Amino acid sequence: MGLLSKKDAKLITDPLADNNPITIQVLGICSALAITAELQASIVMSISVLFVLGVGNVVISLMRNIIPSKIRIIVQLIVVAALVIIVDQVLKAFAYELSKTLSVFVGLIITNCIIMGRFEAFALGNGPWRSFLDGIGNALGYAVILVTVGFFRELLGSGTLLGFKVLGDPIEKTGLYAIGYENNGFMLLSPMALIVVGIIIWVQRSRNKALIED
Amino acid sequence: MSNKTDSNSYTVLFAIGMVLVVGALLAFTASSLRPMISANQKIEKQQNILYAMGINENEGSSFAFVSKDKVEGEFGKYIKKQLVIENNVPAEDDKAYLIDIKKQQTLAKDGKVRKLPLFVGEKDGKTFYIAPIRGKGLWDAIWGYVAMDKNMVVQGVFFDHKGETPGLGANIKQRYFMDDFTGEDLMSNGQFKGIAVSKSNNDPKNEDKTDNEVDAIAGATITGDGVAAMIKSELKLYVPYFKTLK
Repeated sequence: MGLLSKKDAKLITDPLADNNPITIQVLGICSALAITAELQASIVMSISVLFVLGVGNVVISLMRNIIPSKIRIIVQLIVVAALVIIVDQVLKAFAYELSKTLSVFVGLIITNCIIMGRFEAFALGNGPWRSFLDGIGNALGYAVILVTVGFFRELLGSGTLLGFKVLGDPIEKTGLYAIGYENNGFMLLSPMALIVVGIIIWVQRSRNKALIED
Repeated sequence: MSNKTDSNSYTVLFAIGMVLVVGALLAFTASSLRPMISANQKIEKQQNILYAMGINENEGSSFAFVSKDKVEGEFGKYIKKQLVIENNVPAEDDKAYLIDIKKQQTLAKDGKVRKLPLFVGEKDGKTFYIAPIRGKGLWDAIWGYVAMDKNMVVQGVFFDHKGETPGLGANIKQRYFMDDFTGEDLMSNGQFKGIAVSKSNNDPKNEDKTDNEVDAIAGATITGDGVAAMIKSELKLYVPYFKTLK
């Protein structure tokens, strides 16, 4: 732990398991349901949130002593919206292809509860470096769940991973499909994302002693 | 600290200051990047049109446009004529690909005459007629380009969307969906019929090219219906022009 003190390291590791934003705080569920039908979309969304939450937390933390408490939510919204729009514009100018993939996520990032939640709960009361770590930690915690859900939904729903047909071709009946396996189309729909998240929560709660309630 | 930042006058001043700073920042970013963004959009339109007529860098089942630096040259080489059809009268216009379809649709809604762009391309001695289409998906706009021969048999399509659900409706721009359209006849017994995106056709391998149907994407009913609707309503407008070609 040369780089980070024990307390700081906890900011990164806590949200990965014991205080995961999705499974424990139940924030950011909306986007976890919406975009996890494909692994690639989950990864892109995770990276976007990682960036916005890391930078946004620092900006809010730097402004924390001058933000009037009456309008702090609006200020937080403006910061995240401005950040996302600037990133979107810059990508459109310099990495047009990438921006087309991301454009769907822009709206989802602005309204992501985790971002507002971390601004409000952490960045307003802590210094920039700790806020940055907290942002990264929470974004990673979000990413872990998103990628897990995306992995199972794409694998069981479309029989592919990142677009590659890992289980064979469903129309040509090769690979697993030759012995009668069928894709579960239900996995592609949002309700199954909720069920997958539910299963993750169940597994996590039954294995992690700290989370077991009497 | 709280005394100072809690006062009403501070709050109002802060709000005004914040709006000015953020507004200026956004305006500056937007206007300084605009030329590059619109250049990118121009290239994208040319890539889309060329893609529909089969000029792309697809390999196997991969998907790739003509590369950015080559597109200008390829567009000039393969697109022989750009037409604008107004009141069924075609006229040449080499800026036709920049026509904003959304604006033209609004014009038509207000009862005014609508400009219909059509691009005539030639490859390996075959002539392609490429028309832009635009419609509504589940969340936002969807659009595309359809390349046809002179009998209105589809030779290739390109679809795109603004904000359809990733993994579901967004898959209209996947090869497996777009490729199904190639060879489909837009006409049926001499009448314009369009191509339906069907959940119930018994032709998942898409071997029947005269059924005016392609296989739908599971979980993307509304986007699929949007594709069928825009093909039907937009390409119908070109039927009078195609009649003159015979």
